[in-house]
Formats: sequence, structure tokens, C-alpha cells
Amino acid sequence: MRPVRGKRIVAILAAGGLTLAAAACGNAPEETPSANGSASAAAAYKACMVTDTGGIDDKSFNAAAWAGLQAAKTEASNVDPKYVSSSSEADYEPGLRSFVTQKCNFILAVGGLMGGATEKVAKESTGSQFGIVDSASTGSNVYPMQFATHQAAFLAGYLAAGYSKSGKVGTYGGMKIGPVTIFMDGFADGVAYFNQKKGKTVQVLGWDKAKQNGTFADSFIDQNKGKTITQTLVSQGADVILPVAGGTGLGTAQVAKDSAGKVSVIWVDQDGCKSAAQYCDVFLSTVVKNVEEAVKEAVVKGAKGETLSPTPGYVGTLENNGVSLAPFNQFDSKVDATLKTELDQLKKDIIAGTVKVESASAPK
Amino acid sequence: MTAEPTTEKKPVEKETFLNVFLRNLWSSNSVTVTALSIFLAVVIGAVLIVVSDSAVLAKFSYFTARPGDALEASWALISAAYSDLLKGALGDPEAFSAWFSGTGRWQDALAPISETLTYAAPLVFTGLSVSLAFRGGLFNIGAQGQAVLGCIAAGLAGFTFGLPIVLNLVVALVAGVLGGVLWGFLPGLLKARTGAHEVITTIMLNYTAGLFLAWLVIQNGVQAPGRTDAISKAVASSAQLPSFGGVLRVHLGIVLAVIVTAGVAWLLNRSAFGFELRAVGANPHAAQTAGISVARTYTVLMAVAGGLAGLGGATQVLGTAYALTPSVAGNIGFDGLLVALLGRNRPWGTLMAALLFGALRAGGNRMQSYSGISLELVNVLQALIVIFIAAPALVKAIFRLRAARSAGFGVSPAKG
Repeated sequence: MRPVRGKRIVAILAAGGLTLAAAACGNAPEETPSANGSASAAAAYKACMVTDTGGIDDKSFNAAAWAGLQAAKTEASNVDPKYVSSSSEADYEPGLRSFVTQKCNFILAVGGLMGGATEKVAKESTGSQFGIVDSASTGSNVYPMQFATHQAAFLAGYLAAGYSKSGKVGTYGGMKIGPVTIFMDGFADGVAYFNQKKGKTVQVLGWDKAKQNGTFADSFIDQNKGKTITQTLVSQGADVILPVAGGTGLGTAQVAKDSAGKVSVIWVDQDGCKSAAQYCDVFLSTVVKNVEEAVKEAVVKGAKGETLSPTPGYVGTLENNGVSLAPFNQFDSKVDATLKTELDQLKKDIIAGTVKVESASAPK
Repeated sequence: MTAEPTTEKKPVEKETFLNVFLRNLWSSNSVTVTALSIFLAVVIGAVLIVVSDSAVLAKFSYFTARPGDALEASWALISAAYSDLLKGALGDPEAFSAWFSGTGRWQDALAPISETLTYAAPLVFTGLSVSLAFRGGLFNIGAQGQAVLGCIAAGLAGFTFGLPIVLNLVVALVAGVLGGVLWGFLPGLLKARTGAHEVITTIMLNYTAGLFLAWLVIQNGVQAPGRTDAISKAVASSAQLPSFGGVLRVHLGIVLAVIVTAGVAWLLNRSAFGFELRAVGANPHAAQTAGISVARTYTVLMAVAGGLAGLGGATQVLGTAYALTPSVAGNIGFDGLLVALLGRNRPWGTLMAALLFGALRAGGNRMQSYSGISLELVNVLQALIVIFIAAPALVKAIFRLRAARSAGFGVSPAKG
């Protein structure tokens, strides 16, 4: 038995080897002396990022922050971006520390849950510059980047109420945490403002701002859960839905697609027609939270040698375009012109402060 | 590892000790199979490293024209990756020489070992939980849920009572154990009373525990004041496991782990309960006939296993995380399954396996950070090692190992 098996293994190896050899018959490239590259590397600005447990491809703030680092590289060529992803919360500290030992010029932590670890490491390594997304500042060498998302969500609420034909709009969240409920707060307020202005009674399903309670999927990835929740909202009469749940929201987009135009979706974080292009025809608009731009600006500033002040850090608002309402894309012709002008006016009013938007989760 | 010395005592024929040693070295005893499994996993890992790097892979397209390029680049990549893995797990020679010459701090030199021990500590407890249950014939998939309950109970006790130093820590640890005991006792009782299969019930309780934690951390009185995201108040410093602080995260948990391992070894091999549980594990019907209450053994065994996993969760909260978050327990329960399997369900073997997994985690962090190899590779290595351990016949066939001479030395992943 044994010798036969041995021969068989040899045969398989030989066959595999031949296939590989056939694939490996290409010509060697000419030896080119690498002259370029050494000049620009003189003052490299190492921008290093630690993701939270969502990982680098979470289609949400980790991905956006990484895109920001790469965008910074195109703007300031001495930026040298790299990242590590965390597989558990115990990885935050070692991740940050190993970038301190590697002498990174800018160390970016993504997500409020990393606040504690960032504070601790930043205190120990006063010589390094840190940055953190979605968290208040935690030290003199930590540059916080926060977002007044409720301002843009307010516009989305007004838009949804104005666009809805059934007089009911819906929303749900991925998890009951501040960065999610801030969208829902703004959305509900926007609808309420529309009602007050127009004397209508458009209802919001899925979120009660006063009680701070509503519908949650308890997942940022489970599309089926998103489908089920959306079907419930639709059967209750909602025809515009705002899912604040990352990948779970794709289930909502699927339901909208199946409804053949009856239901439309307002997407979050990054323009839906770019981040989930296959569903572009159901996205009324997007509440954009421009993590990418904020990170890019911070890194470019740092690379130019400017100081990054910890207070107030960066707060994305409608005014500085850190948060915004994305273009209507394929819905451009369906949203009527008066609603568009009202939205433009509302945006100006919010920026001017004549319309107040508040949320318990707003950055302070 | 208890029966090791007996096999080499009396060779049947007159042979030199060296010959016996060499023959046994290349036979399928558990040490050799484990070492070869790790070796195979590392080799396959090296292939994956090369395949996942497009720059190196491009050099293979003209392999026949100039093989040196591809081989050199592959070797450079693989050696950089694995040397970072080793440096991250055991220590960087440069940091050591900096320490000895006075230019560096001793903390930096010892930090990698500290990381290894930090990651290993909770895995020892969850691994012991699984392996102890295994020896009694129960497959405890619920170590994750039990660890989560341990986290919850220890965390709550840690920031609620405000007791004086030492006492606060002891109370929090005991609370963690009790939380795990509860989550182990339930499936044990169900198994004993109704025959409900422990695999099903423990898996379901895992979900329950995870969702309960996610709900709990955002409740008033638990959530950290001034925070809107899902994080609880921090554990009082008097309830935290003592640690060196700073770069050295290693804490008292690893010492506790060694003590508990000794305790479990004693329980298993020297105590009356240990005898009962091994008898039940070997053959419940025979044990029943011999007058051992199988139902009672199952219930107590699951409670003890749960307590061990709960202690693992408690060390995680009191030693490294210091606050509850929905994923504070990470994956320690499921990693515990692998650790137990790799440790062949023996207490000291489990400790060793946990140290290996801790080293892989700690080294993986450095490998990812320095050479840009994805952390997933560490998961792949862990999985491959366990696959080869679980399929000793495969390792035997690849290396043509002789059959082991005695049962005590043989490869025996416990029945399950």
C-alpha cells in the first residue's frame, strides 16, 4: 500500500509542478536601477491607524478613515499610511503602542470605544501625536474628530417628511449607542419641524426622541434582520426609511428595490450611490458623515508641520461640510423644487443658528 | 503527561538509551505530533504569506527565467514575518541589548513576554473549563457564555461595592466565578434531569449571555456617566488585578492561572470527584452500575467548568479591559475550545497550549504592525495547528512516523 501511495503523491506533485512551471515561463523584467523614491522619503510623515473591531472593510468609519489616510497621501506625497486591525478590544493598546515604538508621526484611533486605551497610551507617550474619531479629546496630544451628525439628519427628516406620500416615515438603528441615535434624534426633529411649519402630522416610526427608545437590529452586518425590520415598518405604512445600521441597512435597500418605487431609503455615512451603488435607484439621499475628509485634513495639516490643537479639535458641521445631505442622484427629478429651496434655506438657518438642532448624543 | 517516564524504563531487548530515545522521538507520541503539527502549520502559513503578497507573487511569473528573484523576495518576506512573530511574542534582541547597554528601558525589553502572558491568562481558564468537562464526557461549547457571565458579574462587583483593597478584588473574582457557575450549572442540570444535550443548551446560552451583556452595558447605573456609547463604568482600582502598569500589561491573572491549573490537575487525578468524573466520562453506564450518580456528576462538573470559564472572564475584565463593553470577552471562550484540544484535555497541556496561543496573538500584533501581514494569518495558524492535532493520522502519514509503543505515550484526543 505504502509504495503505491508514495508514487501517487509524487505523480500529483509532478503534475502540479509542471502546471506551475508552464505558468512561470514569462520573461524576466530588465534590471532597472531604482533611482526614484529616495528623495521624497527624506521627511516621510508616517500616518498610522488602528481600527476598532469592525476591521478595515466595515463600509463605515474604519473604511472611511483609511480612505482619508490614502487621500492625504495624494495631497501631501510625504504621507506614508499604514494600519493594523484589532480583532478584539484587548488589541487596542498593543496596536497603539507598537506604532509609538515605530515612531509614527500621527497615530489614529477609530471609534469612541478606543477612548480609554488612547488616553492611557497618549499619556505615557507625550512625544507622539494622536488622533481619534468619534470621541472627545482625552489629552493634550490627542486630536479629536467629532461630528454634529444630527444637523444633517435634521435635513434628512425634513426631506423625508416632505417626500413621503403616506405621511409616515421610519428609522431604525444598528445598536443603541450615541453615534447611531444622534442620526435618529436629528431625523425625528426634522420631521417634527416640518409638521410645525406646514401644519401636517407626518409620523416617525422606530424612534421616540423624548423617551430615547426605538427599534434596533443589534447588528451592523445582518441584512436579513434589516429586511424583517423594514418589512414591519413598511407594513405599518412608512414609505421613506432611514436605516442607521451599516451593512444591516442593505436589507432595507433590498426591500425598497422589491417594492418597485413605493419605498425609498435615506442612506448614512457615505453617499449610498458610491458605497452601495447597486441600490442607487432607491436612495433618496444620504446623511453624509465625512470621516474621510476630516482625517485627510488632519493628516495633511500634520504633514505640513502645523500643530493639531486638542481643543476644540475638529467638529464636523453643516457649515464646514463635515456633515451634509448628499445629492439626490436618481431622485433629482422626483423631489419638487420648492422642497429643494426649503432645504437650502433650512441649511442656512441651521448654520446661522436660527433653527436649533439638539441631541443628547451631540459632541460637546 | 503523567505517564511519560514509565515507557522508557525497561526496553524489551538490550538497546542503548539513545536508540530508544531516537525511536520514540520519531514515533507518533503526542509531543512529536504536536511539534510536527506546529511545523506544518508554519510551512503552510509561509505559503499563504507569499501568495497574499502581490509584489512577491509577480516575481513568480518569470520564475524559470530568473528563479533567484522570486526565491529571494519570498525568503525575505517570510523571514521578516516570522521573525516579527517571534520578536512580538518573546522579545526583540535589539531591545534587550539596549537594556543591557543602558540605552533602553527594561520594560520595553520585557513587554513582548508580558503581552504573551496577558493574552494567555484568560485562555488558560477557558481551556481548563473545556478540558475538564471533556474528561467527564461533556462537550462544553458554553465556555464563551460562561466567560461573558463571569465578565458581567466581576465587572458589576468591581464598580458597585467599593470595598477596601484586596477584599474588593477577592469579592469581584468570586462574583465572576459564581456568574460562570450559574451559566454552567443550568445546562448541567438540564442534562442531568431531562437529558437535554449540553452542546445545544450551551450554544443557546452563549447567545443569551452575549445579548444580555450588550443590553446591560447601556442601562442607567451601569453605563459610564457622560458616555453615549456602549461602555460601562470602570472597575474600581482596588478591584483590578495588580499589574506593573505602563507597557507591561501582564497582571496577577497569569499567576492565578498557574495555581488554578495545579488545582484542576489535583482535582482530576487525586480527588474522589475527579475519579468519578473520569469514570463517568469513560463509560456512564458502567459508572452508574458501580454506584456513581451520573446525574450529580454532570451537574457538578458543568458548574465547576462554568466557574473556571467565569474566572477567565473575570481576569479579562479585572486584568486588561477594566470596563464592560459588548465584546469585552472577545473570543476567549471559543479559543478555549482550541486550547483544550491542543492541550489534549490535560491541565498542564492546556496551560502550555494557552501560552502558545497567547504568544501567537502577541506576536501577530507585531507581525501585522511591522511587516503588514494580516492578523488573520494568526487565526489561520491556530486553526491549522488544531486541524493537524485533531487528525494525527495525517501527520503520521506525512512524516511516516512509527506507531507509538505504549498507550500512555499515544495520541489520544479524548472522546467527545
